[in-house]
Amino acid sequence: MSEIVNNQKLVRDLEEKAKFIRLETVRLIDIAKSGHYTSVFSCAELFSVLYYHVMSVDPSNPDWEDRDRFVLSKGHAAVGLYPVLADHGFFPKEWLDSYTRVGSAFGDHPDMRKIPGIDFSSGSLGQGLSVSAGMAIGGKMSNKDYKVYCMLGDGELNEGQIWEAILSAANLQLNNLVAIVDRNQMSLDGFTEDIMPVNPIDQKFEAFGWETCHVDGHNLTDLVELFDKISSTKREKPLVIIADTLKGKGVEGMELNNDWHLGYLAEKDRKKVEEEIHRGLQSRT
Amino acid sequence: MVYNPVHEKFDNSLDEGSWNISIANGEGSSAVSGKVLADIRNERDDIVVFTADVMYSNRLADFAKAHPESFINFGISEQHMVSAAAGIATTGKIPYIGTFASFLSLLSCEQIRTSVAYPNLPVRLIGHHSGMTMGFYGTSHHALEDLSILRSMAEMTIICPTDPVQAEAAIRSTVDHSGPIYFRMGRGRDKQVYENVSEAFELGKANELRDGKDVSVITNGLTLRSVVDAAAQLEEEGISVNVIDMHTIKPFDDEAVKRAVAKTGKIMTVEEHSVIGGIGSCAAEVIADNNLNCEFSRHGIYDEYVLIGPPAALYNHYDLDAEGVAKRIREFVIGSNNE
Repeated sequence: MSEIVNNQKLVRDLEEKAKFIRLETVRLIDIAKSGHYTSVFSCAELFSVLYYHVMSVDPSNPDWEDRDRFVLSKGHAAVGLYPVLADHGFFPKEWLDSYTRVGSAFGDHPDMRKIPGIDFSSGSLGQGLSVSAGMAIGGKMSNKDYKVYCMLGDGELNEGQIWEAILSAANLQLNNLVAIVDRNQMSLDGFTEDIMPVNPIDQKFEAFGWETCHVDGHNLTDLVELFDKISSTKREKPLVIIADTLKGKGVEGMELNNDWHLGYLAEKDRKKVEEEIHRGLQSRT
Repeated sequence: MVYNPVHEKFDNSLDEGSWNISIANGEGSSAVSGKVLADIRNERDDIVVFTADVMYSNRLADFAKAHPESFINFGISEQHMVSAAAGIATTGKIPYIGTFASFLSLLSCEQIRTSVAYPNLPVRLIGHHSGMTMGFYGTSHHALEDLSILRSMAEMTIICPTDPVQAEAAIRSTVDHSGPIYFRMGRGRDKQVYENVSEAFELGKANELRDGKDVSVITNGLTLRSVVDAAAQLEEEGISVNVIDMHTIKPFDDEAVKRAVAKTGKIMTVEEHSVIGGIGSCAAEVIADNNLNCEFSRHGIYDEYVLIGPPAALYNHYDLDAEGVAKRIREFVIGSNNE
């Protein structure tokens, strides 16, 4: 009973963190006057569960060699990751205020050399899973127990190098590698299934030799349950989590709206969006 | 599978003139890296070696045999290999990754720029069979643009060893270098120039191999032997050639160029590379940036995809063998003296 109560509190806390991620994203993009709102909104719950429940990191020692790694292969969602790192204390929160300004460490895509807590720079799609595989190989060669989490976009699966990495991770039995596909259904030009279909994602990974699972990427109860199960289960193969999400989730006018891959909310709209985010995902269900 | 011992067996039934992959690769510059790295790995456990289905062509198989636990053959996926090397470099390992120079510098160019050079990771890129050493295998397998491409990447260090001795010296002396390095290697059958590992290489410091007063020839790697031989030949004709082995392309030894200008007033560059962006361009930049007054000539590949043919025939055609280089130097020296 107490475990259930604890889990409920955990889930509520994680939901608040997801809200925080969306709100901070809105705030930071207001500095830049242009940004990827919707690409963050689809993975806000994933960031939340990973950084506030799953991953083992040490903000006072960002390069701690035993830490779990996170590679944001869909680097354009970095604006949602920066506030999480600041919240953890990897760097002072005030640093975020320089977002995208001349000479800032914080651009639209993350830079490992400038930002404590960023495990790898990204921005050019298709490379993050290979990088993650390299980190996982390093862990095995050095007899470390850390895990490597790699977040991929669904449109990113169009990149050929991703499939080189999938092939190789299975062959090398990288059971310390977890790929998470933010299956938000859209890339820049529209729906992935209209542009260059990627379905069935699970069967493709399976055929390449991976374990696969699906989860509602916005349901933190399910996410907590899944990641708890994953961490207590021994695997032989790399694992991919296909997180069913919506691009723009949490702001109705942006959800699956092709116009909002990039954009900017001026003051009146921003206030409305902030109120909508404050109400939470449950308000419409 | 990491190492296939079948390649150790010599097939006695073969005709004397026959060859296969095992027989072809002797002790040349690229071929030596596997052995040298295996030796370094004996002393330290942070060395890892990756290749992409060419471990017998580059003899990284020698490393695989000695240290299978630190070796991965990624199959034919060069871009993935480069990015994976970047990933493992963040975990405290120093990855040496080898494949044909064309598949590193061209196929994997963006991965090198964005995931290796930009984060300034200690990834060692061994690009072998560079230039036109692949001869009649054709343009897909030639790398006459690699220096131009990689030189423009910030943080990149570029070394062009000429023979196994210098390759060993370059590899050994740069193990702890903090950023990425591109080693531009030959095809493993390079003629020897150096005898002692201890004297062959110091990063960023050109070797003035031969003193001369009439002309300075700046070259490295694939073309150094031809230049050395040409200089010996020209000496007999009364032309005194100052030979500079600019083994490090980046950082470039500007001072060596300045000294050469002061000494001879005539500078010629020789390269098995496009004259756009290679050693000729490097030297020209130093001369222009410093307002150096000299006569200057670039000898290399002039904005074309080279013919196919056996390498020796190509060197002959493009005046990159000793005879051809001597001819070009002679023309430059005599031509300019007559003006």
